[in-house]
This record gives sequence, C-alpha cells and structure tokens, in this order.
Amino acid sequence: MKAKEWLIERALLLMALSAVTSLALIAIFVLAQGLPIMLREGLGSFLLGHRWAPTKHAFGILPMMVGSTCVTLGALALGGPLGVACSVFLAEVAPRRVADVVRPAIQLLAGIPSVVFGFVGITVLVPLIRNHIGGPGLSVLAAAIILGVMILPTVISISQDAIEAVPRTYKEAALALGCTPWQAITRVILPAARPGITAALVLGMGRAIGETMAVIMVIGNAVKIPHSLLDPARTLTGSIAMEMGYASGEHREALFATGVVLFVFIMVLNTIVNLRLGRRREAS
Amino acid sequence: MRPALGRDIPLSGVVLAAACVLTSLLGAGCRGGEGGGLTLAGSTSVQPIAELLGEHYMATHRGSVINVQGGGSSAGIQAALSGAADIGMSSRNLKPEETGLQATVMARDAIVLVVNRDNPVRALTTEQVRGIFSGRTRAWAEVGGTGRRLTFITREEGSGTRGAFEDLVMKKEEISSDAIVEDSTGAARAIVESDPQAIAYISFGMVTPGIVPLTLDGVTPSAEAVHSGRYHLARPFLLLTRGAPSGPAAAFIEYVLSPEAQALVTQEGYVQARPAGSGR
Repeated sequence: MKAKEWLIERALLLMALSAVTSLALIAIFVLAQGLPIMLREGLGSFLLGHRWAPTKHAFGILPMMVGSTCVTLGALALGGPLGVACSVFLAEVAPRRVADVVRPAIQLLAGIPSVVFGFVGITVLVPLIRNHIGGPGLSVLAAAIILGVMILPTVISISQDAIEAVPRTYKEAALALGCTPWQAITRVILPAARPGITAALVLGMGRAIGETMAVIMVIGNAVKIPHSLLDPARTLTGSIAMEMGYASGEHREALFATGVVLFVFIMVLNTIVNLRLGRRREAS
Repeated sequence: MRPALGRDIPLSGVVLAAACVLTSLLGAGCRGGEGGGLTLAGSTSVQPIAELLGEHYMATHRGSVINVQGGGSSAGIQAALSGAADIGMSSRNLKPEETGLQATVMARDAIVLVVNRDNPVRALTTEQVRGIFSGRTRAWAEVGGTGRRLTFITREEGSGTRGAFEDLVMKKEEISSDAIVEDSTGAARAIVESDPQAIAYISFGMVTPGIVPLTLDGVTPSAEAVHSGRYHLARPFLLLTRGAPSGPAAAFIEYVLSPEAQALVTQEGYVQARPAGSGR
C-alpha cells in the first residue's frame, strides 16, 4: 500500500514537473537564440534604437516597444472601466435572471478566435475610423478598441470573483449604517476588492500585450513610433509573427531577441499580479 | 556549402536533412529507388510555386520525391554549384562571376502597382513610385491625383516581393518607415480595395476587379509586355543545374516547362516562362 502511495506521489510530481520543465525549456531556448544578438549589438542600441531593418543590419525595437505599450494602455483605458463596471453589475446589481444571461455571453466572448476579432476590425472598425475620424484607419486606436473588447472576459470574471469574495457582512454593515447601495459599492465593496480588481486589470494587460493576430490585422504594422492614436504602429508580438516566415540568420536571432523582451514584459506583469493577490489573501 | 545553408536555417535545416534521410530510406525500401529523390534549394520567392509543382509532379510520377528548401537566391546558386542541391532556385539573374551553371527560366514574376478604383490616377513613373515609397511624396495631389493623404503599403522585411521591389524600384533608397506593412498579398490588396488613398505593390495576376493596376513609365503591365522586356518591374524565376540537366533533374525541368505545369504557373499569378502560343 505504502509503495503504491509512493508511486502515485512520484508520478504526480513528474507530471507537475513537466509543465515547469516546458516553461524552462522555452525560456532557455528563447534566451539562447535571442541573447547573443542583443549583447553583440549592445542592449542600448537594441532596446532604444529607432530603426528596424533586419535585412540591412539595423535592429532597434523601440518603435515596437512603444507600440505594444500604447495599444496595451489603450485597451486598458477602454476595457478596464467597462469590465469593472460590468463585474459590479453582475456581482451586486443584476437580478439573477439577467446575470444568468450576461455571464455565459461574456464567456462566449472569450471563446471567439482572435482572427475573427481582427476580421471584424478590418472590415468594420478600420473604414469607420478612416471615414469619420481620419488617418489611414489602420491605427493604434483600432487596435486599442479591438483589444479593449478582447480583454473584457478576463477583467470581468476576475474582478467579479474579487467582489464576490468581499464578506457579505461588510455590505450589510454599510447598509445598516445608512449607506445607499451605491455608497456601499463605491465606499466599501470596491475598496475591499481593490487588490483583486488590480490583478484583473494586470491580467487583462497580459492578455492585451500577448495578442497577435487581431492586432496585426488592424494596426498597420509601420515600424515607427506613433505620434497620435490615428497613426499606425507595430507591436512586439506582431513583429515576430509577421517576419518569422522568411527570417534567417541575424534577422531570425533579432526576432528571438524581441521574444526575450516580451518575456521580460510578461514576467514583470505576472510578478505584479502575484504580489497583489498575495496581499489580498493576507488582507482577507 | 552545407555550412552556409545550415547557418541560415539551423533547426529547420537539421529537421529537413533528417526528413530527407528518412524519406529517402523509406522510399528506397518501398520502391527500390525508382525515380529517386530530387532536392531543390534557394529563393524563397520561387519556393511556393516550386513546392506546388513538386507536389503535382510527385502525384503524377509515382516513386519520385521532390524536396524544396529555402535559403535565398544566393544560397540556391551556391547549392547548385556545390551539388548540395540537385537544382538551385534563383529569383534574380546570374551575376557575371557566377559561371558553370545552366539556367532555365521556369516563370517570370511581374510586380504591379495597384490603387483603388475610386483613385483617378492610372499611370506613374518609376521615379514617382520611388518618391511615394521613400516617403518624399506625401499626397496624391503631387502625382496627378486628388486628396491630401496617401497611404502606401509595403510587404514585411524578408519577403521576396519586397526584395524584388527594392532592387527594381528603390535602388539605393529605402522604403520609408511610414509605410503600412502587411505580411501577405491578400492583406495589402484588401486595404487597397477599401481605401481610395492607398497604393500597394503586388504580384501580377493577383489583381482582382476591386483594384486597378497602374501603367508604369507608359507601359501597361501584361504578360506580353513582360516577355518583350518593355515592362521592367519583373524578374525571372530560374532553375539552375551544374551543366546540362540530366536524370531526374532533367525530367522535373521538362515537366515544369510542360503546358500543364505552365498553366499552374499562370493560375498562381505568375507569368509563364514563354510567351503564350509560342512553340517549345
């Protein structure tokens, strides 16, 4: 019996390790492929260079870093408030019958393939921006709007969990002391759920920064730092996806190096989430 | 030569080599080597059409195995010279110093500039096109059109079409970083279809009714103009062999030049190797 238990424990450990091992292998592979060129070109000129012409030996990824940051913040500005408002509605306001319709609908939104978002973007959103606001239509704005919608399921479900985790007694006490329901939500429940909501927003950012296909289709991919929301730009993920097909030699290495930068971006975001969630657990 | 190819595509090279060994072993085991394997390497522009023709060839010639690898035109020329590949693929003419190879034109690739139907511009000069893509010309009004805006679309770094466009039009100049970049002809075409202010370059034959191909330096793009050399924005797709092709290589090249294969070439949007109607 003991031997069987031991065997099962080891087998489970092995399976758990396989996930970690694949992460480690990917990390090692990307670093091994990408780091040499970063060091050869100099970190400064790689990260802060404006010119990206890998077939002519120019490897500056600053425009892509700015592009990724812009669309991610834009998506957060649009999807964040909307998502949090929706989660408040679902957790605190909505009658059960309404919530039962809205919740699955949001889950369905998460299941729509990103290429479909991109397709809707390029056929509906891009001409709309071009004809009514200006510029070529393919723009940071278009990407931010598409991403803002795409991060909604992530933001809504996690902040809803956070709000529902706030003890019922807090709300009851607030109401008993004479708060209106709105005051109870804004003054008591939301502050209590804040670490969880922050985590939701950061995870939404992670989703936005990693999204590739939909963004390539609507952002125009120009290798240039955008000066306005209506300018085209390029993201880190988009750059890798677009160019890997034909890339060879140094060009290929530079794309892996772009992957390294992306890896660091996402690791920083995940660390923030873990710190936030840790604090929340201590608090509750 | 192996190292040069291997340096460009280390992982895929190894995988391909392994796949070659495996398939040739299996092929030899099953069929006793009848037909034999044939390796093509070189230009990534030629690669898609070569792969397509290779598939059709394998379907009609039982027992033959055609492997098509990338690496670029220069690598293809080197591979043909060294014998690392049976047939080298190049999307540019041979330089004077590249001797000892026999070149067969398998197709021609012409590039046309296209605009939206609502754009009144129907003709440009090479100089004007260079001005547009280098970012100097910023409005259609400067080149005989209307409108203050001008959106120009290029292909991604490393694309064969972009490489040819840079060689044939841009010469020493660079495509401006203001350019919209798309990673497929389809995406570039879709933008031109919907934006009256957009211009893009695409393969001849990929032109659809929603967009208009422009006359370049007074020459209307057509297969005939490409063959006569009057339409200069075109390049040959070459199959290279060391000396006259023989054995399986000769059989494959003969197939590529057959009317059946040339029909596929046209269907894929390229200009066929010889003027239509001319005998072999």
